[in-house]
Amino acid sequence: MDFIAATEPMHLNHLLANFGYLVSVVMFMLAIMRMGRVKTARSGNFLAALAMLLAVVSSFVEMGQIEPWFIVGGLVVGGAVGAIMAKKVQMTQMPEMVALLNGFGGLASTFVGLATFFSLGGSGTLGQMMKEGGWFGGMNLVLTLIVGSVTFTGSVIAFLKLSEKMSGRPILLPGRHALNGILLLAPLALGVGAVWFVQGVPLIAAVLILIVLLTFVLGVTIVIPIGGGDMPVVISLLNSYSGIAAALAGFTINEPVLVVSGSLVGASGLILTQIMCKAMNRSLANVMFGGFGAEPAAGGGGGGGEYVGVKSSDPESVAMILADAANIVIVPGYGMAVAQAQHAVREMANILEEKGATIRYAVHPVAGRMPGHMNVLLAEANVPYEQLFEMDQINDDFRNVDVVMVIGANDTVNPAAKTDKSSPLYGMPVMNVEDAKTVFTMKRSLGSGFAQVKNTLFECPNNYMVFGDARKTLEEIIKALKED
Amino acid sequence: MDTGAILMLLYVFVLACFAGYQLISKVPPTLHTPLMSGANAISGITVLGAMLAARVGPGAPFNISTILGAIAVALATINVVGGFMVTDRMMGMFKSKK
Repeated sequence: MDFIAATEPMHLNHLLANFGYLVSVVMFMLAIMRMGRVKTARSGNFLAALAMLLAVVSSFVEMGQIEPWFIVGGLVVGGAVGAIMAKKVQMTQMPEMVALLNGFGGLASTFVGLATFFSLGGSGTLGQMMKEGGWFGGMNLVLTLIVGSVTFTGSVIAFLKLSEKMSGRPILLPGRHALNGILLLAPLALGVGAVWFVQGVPLIAAVLILIVLLTFVLGVTIVIPIGGGDMPVVISLLNSYSGIAAALAGFTINEPVLVVSGSLVGASGLILTQIMCKAMNRSLANVMFGGFGAEPAAGGGGGGGEYVGVKSSDPESVAMILADAANIVIVPGYGMAVAQAQHAVREMANILEEKGATIRYAVHPVAGRMPGHMNVLLAEANVPYEQLFEMDQINDDFRNVDVVMVIGANDTVNPAAKTDKSSPLYGMPVMNVEDAKTVFTMKRSLGSGFAQVKNTLFECPNNYMVFGDARKTLEEIIKALKED
Repeated sequence: MDTGAILMLLYVFVLACFAGYQLISKVPPTLHTPLMSGANAISGITVLGAMLAARVGPGAPFNISTILGAIAVALATINVVGGFMVTDRMMGMFKSKK
């Protein structure tokens, strides 16, 4: 062993490390497959973490004798911060947590790109500095910077909007399409300049930093016109970008592990994006550039106020009706998350189940602010996932339901999406809650939802509004049910 | 990185995109959030690139790419550790009926 190590240390390290990378790639593939099924999901996540550990260890093996302190320092600091964030975050804050982590990933790719450039040395254009990689390596480095930076600031804006440190309403800049176009084309043109024309480290460095700054702005201008209700699409798309950034970084450092894992993430983000767009019957372009929900819609189906014949009810009456109902469906929406009402929902459901009722939950794919938002909150409140139904599974069954309780959902239960061609929501698949015998809609007021569209459900003869904070209302219902 | 290496990486890229799409195409809504945050953690694989940039040869002085690399290591590790831990927390909550 000493003999081999003494003569060919690099060779052996390289071989071992690459074998480690290969195994970790296979583990990532298996992990992501397992993460798609409920029963194996948790073990899949664990497997992915192990794969990551193996990849990091292999990387240490490959680098051989080095001063590892900068790396170890980064790992320790990052690990501690990540662990604290993961422990402290509340389930209701999960959308902004995912957005923020995503942003860190993007920024890391940007830094990898910059660091790679500064480690090149040499002279001439960026293409010449990349040696054998040539223009391909150079352009790839530029793309890493662009995608990484857009992911970073885009995610930060998404984080600010989701945590309500910034208004969730779309902010529409004048001439924003032209602005976005310029902010995308200018960095690409600068990149071409750096790869083929600009000479010398200081000048190229300045160009690359300018590219990063411009694409930082681009990330902001792309995400600020997108409203809170469209965040599930944005957050999945940014997730996809962070994967693509990692894959590009893999091309830059010639490392297949990054390419494979990055592509897996890119693909999964894209699939989620597609699912979310389909659930709103809107194209990705419409979500990204449509400025949806910015202003109250004009025309017959739009407008805020003027409701006619709206009936309302109170917690005691709701409790009385619920006590006699056999078949109950709960439809949660973003309002449930805002009011943190998921535990109260579960408590009410427990009481009703004891009384012999069947409880189901109907979850719209875009309910909430990220894909699967409602599922996470209800899981936190110990609702078994078998009771959660997708829209398609339950939609034809609403006519057999005694009572539907709409808790903080609005656009996803608006019948106008099915009937009113002038409504901006027209064509979006919605839940047929109005088919049930009785509907109780818990809401603070008659104010319109994210789409700024009048909800014709509120005027249905079998719908009763229960105004107030969802959690307080539910607690009063629970109290009345217990006294019963 | 010569042309052969670039071509090989392109093959890997295309095949991995395809495999990823096939592996994940059907996800139950219950898993949308954890899949997203788990995938997010995996995208922290960029930490390998960061480590490469942050390495210093024995006795060699550090320079600007070492510092950028060390920052990148920290950022990517936040993504990795935070992502996997939070995903595990969420997945631990998904319970079936007893």
